[in-house]
Amino acid sequence: MLEIKDLTVEVEGKEIIKDLNLNIERGAVHVLFGPNGCGKTTLLMTILGFPNYKVKKGSITFKGVDITDLPTNERVKLGMGMSFQHPPEIRGVKLGDMVNIARGRKEEKIDENVIELGKRVNISLDFLNRDVNLGFSGGEVKRSEILQMLAQSPEFVLLDEPDSGVDVENIELIGDIINELMDRNKMPSKRGRAGLIITHLGFILRYINADRAHVMLNGRIACTGMLDEVTKHVMEEGFERCVELCGEKGVCGE
Amino acid sequence: MSKKERIEQAEHAKTKKAALGEDVEIEKYTTGTKNYDALNSLDEFPEEYKQNLLDAGIEPSGKERSGSFLQRDRSVVFSKVKYKGLELMSTTDAMAKYDWLEDYLWKAIPVDMDKYTAEVELAQSHGYFIKSEAGSKVTMPVQACLFITSDKVRQNVHNIIIAEENSELHIITGCSVYHAVNSALHLGISEFYVKKGAKITFTMIHNWGGGIEVRPRSAMVIEDDGVFISNFILMTPVKTLQMYPTAYCVGRNARATFQSIVYAHGDTKIDLGSRAQLQGEGSRAEIISRVIATDNAKVVARGDVIGEAANVKGHIECRGLMLSDNAEVDSIPELKATLKELDLSHEAAVGKIAEEEIQYLMARGLSEEEATSVIIRGFLNVNITGLPDALAKETKKMFDMSLEKVM
Repeated sequence: MLEIKDLTVEVEGKEIIKDLNLNIERGAVHVLFGPNGCGKTTLLMTILGFPNYKVKKGSITFKGVDITDLPTNERVKLGMGMSFQHPPEIRGVKLGDMVNIARGRKEEKIDENVIELGKRVNISLDFLNRDVNLGFSGGEVKRSEILQMLAQSPEFVLLDEPDSGVDVENIELIGDIINELMDRNKMPSKRGRAGLIITHLGFILRYINADRAHVMLNGRIACTGMLDEVTKHVMEEGFERCVELCGEKGVCGE
Repeated sequence: MSKKERIEQAEHAKTKKAALGEDVEIEKYTTGTKNYDALNSLDEFPEEYKQNLLDAGIEPSGKERSGSFLQRDRSVVFSKVKYKGLELMSTTDAMAKYDWLEDYLWKAIPVDMDKYTAEVELAQSHGYFIKSEAGSKVTMPVQACLFITSDKVRQNVHNIIIAEENSELHIITGCSVYHAVNSALHLGISEFYVKKGAKITFTMIHNWGGGIEVRPRSAMVIEDDGVFISNFILMTPVKTLQMYPTAYCVGRNARATFQSIVYAHGDTKIDLGSRAQLQGEGSRAEIISRVIATDNAKVVARGDVIGEAANVKGHIECRGLMLSDNAEVDSIPELKATLKELDLSHEAAVGKIAEEEIQYLMARGLSEEEATSVIIRGFLNVNITGLPDALAKETKKMFDMSLEKVM
């Protein structure tokens, strides 16, 4: 579904990602681990096509279409969506408005459909009427982002730290919805959606069943493997040791 | 003050330049315009002008309005009130009818404030008088329109608005100009008197053109527990506009709110402020402005709160959004306190549309243009509080309509 080949990315003249390759099949969910500053968020922003992330080399293909030079909204139209780690505040634009925009309805009122969606992530009408991200707590931001993903219902979901700052009561709920967004509640053969999740601490992985995991170091994917194997190494030994254990081929647990 | 004294003072101030704003050559504009006959109903007003009325929030059918007043150039052509407890007529008629009105004339604004106040006293062309009786609460708004249809006209109105004790008065006022008018001058004196426990909401849409010079002079005297709320919307170009309405919160717990929404484009030059003088114990004021400047527009956005009594509270919030390198916004909030038991604050910010906001919206599927439009709309979207529901909806509609035209 998503195919990244030899990707090199610069941000403000600095090379952040180098010769990166990644393939995510339809129906699959991949997890991206890595220390701060290793390029995880840069990779997501680049997949989504934000203009500050300049592709110097390589290509990104989505659903068979070369999207390397497409503007963000065209990629979204093709079926991509992203839950942001630090989304901007927009004054005067309500969360409910964002939900309508994500549903593809620009000038609509905050109606029953929006309210129903909100309820699924414990978001009240009052919350829907707040200016998006303005004064939201860390956990509120995540629920707001997941709500927008529910509304948008993309075929391919990019999740940047969906669990940071989320309180105990809501993490399971968010996990459930992420599973739904990525068709994890369906039989493997019926799964049409896919996703890529960045997680620093891995809390969310208790609730999400993903297929593969990668460790990113210094702008490259340093090792790859089945989720459980990689998680075990990362949690017990740390990122760098995990990479060392995987050896030169960069394959975990084999 | 006798009429003679007033005229004397005005004569002295005839050449007195205003403290702010470009100086207008009043003589370039004429008082010798045609007089228009009164209409039996607003519907009789020529079809070609109706859109201009609508654009200024005026409903030509008079539906959902408790009364309507229409002045064309220097003639009052319609004035009728439908509800008990309200009075509406031209100021000239009101002056002839009520001797006591002398007590309200030039009480909130000095007649010799500048050449514009002097000019209105010396060559007044009507204006409206609106009064709500004590205890009456008509939630449906009165509409008043000051309309310019002739080139080079000098429109000098003096409006007096009185809300008697414990009454509620809602006004929509539209100032508009026929699109074929190339230049004109609008001078508008508005004196508001909010008595004990009374409330006035004043929603004003200015719908000018690029050749119009505008110098309103407004002030409000608010007594104990009185409330004054102003919503000002300006989305069309104007040659020059300078105003600095001042609320005198003289009573205990008097409250004043000013909200101004300005989309300045073309060669527009605006100097727009709101001032509150908190003289009554526990009185409060809030001044909010949202200014967008694009093309070659120049805007000065002022706010001034003066705290002179115990336990008063005032806040100024000025936000500006720049859409062009040739535009200019000066944001000038001022606070003055003369005792310790009070709380005054301000926040001011001027910036451009943040790239990351556009990208965030694009990540939800909007094109760059759509995203920009959503951000601008959001920026100007001030929650209007204190209006009756129907009027709040109506105001929102007018706002959307005005915005639609410029976007």
